[in-house]
Amino acid sequence: MGLFSSSKGAFRGAKGDLVLDGVRKTFGDFTAVDGIDLTIPRGSFFALLGPSGCGKTTTLRMIAGLEQPTEGRVMIGQTDLTGSRPYERPVNTVFQSYALFPHLSIRDNVAFGPKRRGVSDAAAQADSALELVQMGHLAGRKPAQLSGGQQQRVALARAIVNNPEVLLLDEPLGALDLKLRREMQVELKRIQDDVGLTFVHVTHDQEEAMTMADTVAVMNQGQIEQIGPPEALYDLPKTRFVAGFLGKSNMGKATVVGREGDQVVVEFAGTTATVPAARAPEGADEVWFGIRPEKVRIVTDQSGGHRDDVRVTVVDVSFTGVATEYIVTVPSGRSWTVYEQNMDVDPNPIRPGDTVWLEWDPAHSFAVPRSADDPDPAGDAAELESAVAS
Amino acid sequence: MRTVTRWIGDRFAMIAALLVLGYLFLPVAYTFVFSFNDYRKSNIIWNDASGPTLKHWKDPCGAPGVCDSLVTSLQVGLLATLVSTVLGTLLAFALVRQKFRGRGASNVLVFVPMATPEIVLGASLLTIFVQGFSRVGLQLGFWTIVIAHIMFCLSFVVVTVRARLQSLDPRLDEAAMDLYADPRSTFMRITLPLVMPGVVSAAMLAFALSFDDFIITNFVSGNETTFPKFVYVSYLRGIPAQANVIGFSMFVIAVGLVVLSQVVLSRRGR
Amino acid sequence: MSVVAEPAEELTPQREPDPPRSKRRFNTTAFLLLLPGVLWLIVFFVVPIVQLFTVSLQSKYPGFPGYYYRDVNVGNYVTALAEFWPHFVRSLLYGGLATFFAFALAYPLAYAMAFKAGRWRNVMLICVIAPFFTSFILRTIAWRQILADDGFVASALRTLHLLPGDRITETWIAVVAGLTYNFLPFMVLPIYASLERADPKVIEAGGDLYGNGFTTFRTVTLPMSLPGVLAGTLLTFIPASGDFVNASLLGSDRSTKMVGNVIESQFFKVPGGFPVAASLSFTLMAVILVLVTLYVRRFGSEELV
Repeated sequence: MGLFSSSKGAFRGAKGDLVLDGVRKTFGDFTAVDGIDLTIPRGSFFALLGPSGCGKTTTLRMIAGLEQPTEGRVMIGQTDLTGSRPYERPVNTVFQSYALFPHLSIRDNVAFGPKRRGVSDAAAQADSALELVQMGHLAGRKPAQLSGGQQQRVALARAIVNNPEVLLLDEPLGALDLKLRREMQVELKRIQDDVGLTFVHVTHDQEEAMTMADTVAVMNQGQIEQIGPPEALYDLPKTRFVAGFLGKSNMGKATVVGREGDQVVVEFAGTTATVPAARAPEGADEVWFGIRPEKVRIVTDQSGGHRDDVRVTVVDVSFTGVATEYIVTVPSGRSWTVYEQNMDVDPNPIRPGDTVWLEWDPAHSFAVPRSADDPDPAGDAAELESAVAS
Repeated sequence: MRTVTRWIGDRFAMIAALLVLGYLFLPVAYTFVFSFNDYRKSNIIWNDASGPTLKHWKDPCGAPGVCDSLVTSLQVGLLATLVSTVLGTLLAFALVRQKFRGRGASNVLVFVPMATPEIVLGASLLTIFVQGFSRVGLQLGFWTIVIAHIMFCLSFVVVTVRARLQSLDPRLDEAAMDLYADPRSTFMRITLPLVMPGVVSAAMLAFALSFDDFIITNFVSGNETTFPKFVYVSYLRGIPAQANVIGFSMFVIAVGLVVLSQVVLSRRGR
Repeated sequence: MSVVAEPAEELTPQREPDPPRSKRRFNTTAFLLLLPGVLWLIVFFVVPIVQLFTVSLQSKYPGFPGYYYRDVNVGNYVTALAEFWPHFVRSLLYGGLATFFAFALAYPLAYAMAFKAGRWRNVMLICVIAPFFTSFILRTIAWRQILADDGFVASALRTLHLLPGDRITETWIAVVAGLTYNFLPFMVLPIYASLERADPKVIEAGGDLYGNGFTTFRTVTLPMSLPGVLAGTLLTFIPASGDFVNASLLGSDRSTKMVGNVIESQFFKVPGGFPVAASLSFTLMAVILVLVTLYVRRFGSEELV
């Protein structure tokens, strides 16, 4: 265990916020991570959210030490971990496929880390970690004898038992079915509260990220698009990608035509709308106008002024119980979605083919920058698909 | 109707399988029976005049040379197994776990000996042993047999270990490193134990191939005699029943060892 | 609804194409791992094969039997082919027949082991390998006894008038039977391995789809085991067509000699036979390599190499 004494002693003591400083990672010509600056406060639950291939797993592997950044530094507090090996870092990972050692019992799997560090009561620590994830009764089994959900808990215990400064979770719930996934989300959150470690959770599931994390970073094409608390990200996305990836947004290709006090006036699809200046990019003329589907009301007559509303044709109506979802077409040809809570007992009078008006509270609208070379496919769905695929 | 065909289908496969197994064992049974034959000149024809006898079992080394050849075979087998298993396992690790130039060529180099008839392997080795190596003092005999056996066992070891290594999730190694295991203890505690079943079956295969080889041995053995060569040569002159005793005993010992190892492995698996 | 959960992301970690520098950099670990094994194969496989080739072109010193000089004597190949082409044809034919019969016998056994044997699976596996340990020479001699003229097999066939030549030993039937028997395990094991990996549920699904057992077998089971069948046929055909033990113990001196017998006797019994024997060996190897390559190209998978 001499290997752990000198150099590792320093690292094991590393405490504080996790800092990524200008981290880049290239594989040949391919840039997986393109300059990330991040500070993840100690003890927080942080989610890295993004589509397949956005670089989030590579980022995680660089924090774990399984990859080394091409540029930049990885630090915990004041300790620079860049260049150190995985086994020298106070960081543990819950792998996507759990990666439990098939030849070791559950107890030995969990005790593996403590034993390597020369902890004297490794088995006892393993047992208490297994209790924490409610797996104590299966400690003598082999991984192959457990269900997916049970293996998941063991993988978690195996990481937590080391009391790492940072715990990394690589799509930990990806292989579970929906119901188990919801249960484990709650469970994970409880455990994080209990142990108070920094959790960095990589996922492509926006709902999972929003329900669990204190802070969410949305990644796309190797870069972080936006960071913030889930509510803030949902309420006010800063980019077209975030608006589309985190929840659904109705978007319109808009041009700024003027300013009125703290309101920005935009035109899109033959309509004039206002956006609070604080909710629009500063100084930009070409923007995307956006409004969330649940913030829109359907009315049969144009009731208010001739602003902040749009005349649309109903394409599809689907009743989902709590709400009714309408797919409509705005004059530009773009598809919008509207969710209406089912407050009334009256039968719904709106049918596909009807022409109706949509209106909204301008305080809920937002605008994000639009560059000239932005792709502009016909509908959000197609656009989103291309964004996810890229 | 479907259940009827399925019923027959189920039984058919199993019955056919048992018949084939019986076919595989028939000559072994003959070997066993003839070990009790009170043979005259050669143990080919059953001697009806005097009944079955235990005398060959009581004196298994009674026929000249038979036990010497068995000892040679065991020595060659153990040496060839040891060396080919070590070299083959190293090769398999390089082929699966390392990236290097010439990997394709190395794979071909491993495959081609398996696709070469044994007689060609034997003949080619004979030409270098006779026309080249004898000049540096290596005469045909025990060591040339060992060298040849290591060569042809090597490919089979590589293939067996490689298959096992390929089925291992590389993330297990990453998980171990993530859990504070340095490369050495990652290898000792994770990779090696997981590869071991593959290495053990490779070693058993190598021993079986070496022990049973005649064709290559026949070319490179000179005056040295292994057990199969002893049987082949004495077939022409008169085969002793002690060969049957030893052949059948080896069969029993091997089956016993395999069963034992299976039991131990499944115990540990639990 | 908005962001549909995408299909499980990156089942393998993001291992992008290797950095180009690692290709150029010399991999010391790989070199050390490879060195002993590759060296062994080069010195005791590649060099001997090259040497065999040069021997196949050597000429005899007139008047000094057993001595040869370096030459490019293509005449050895002409002699080999002109004189011994029937043995080549016989070898390939016997090898092919033995492979076919071994396949027919091995498949039901492998199938039963993989799908029907349950907890007897390992016992059956041991049974397949176990006969190896009785020397194959002894077992071949046992076949000579079983198929002998006064044995029950030959007597029964004679009674039924199914034996035209009145005997089995000393005929090609005995040789092919011996080859089939001796290399059967090499056919069983790869087929079993590939069937064992197959998911029985897929076959059940096939059964539900087609109903007919044979159709299910032909369209679902057989294709799944194809890599095993491929490996098995190669592992049977190559040694069977190069064998001389079965032909010498079970066959006759004249009509059933295979190329292996010729090579063996040219090396050991014909004075000055080395060059012709070498050219025969080399031709056999070349023919088999060509056949194997064609065969793998036709049905192949890369799993073999």
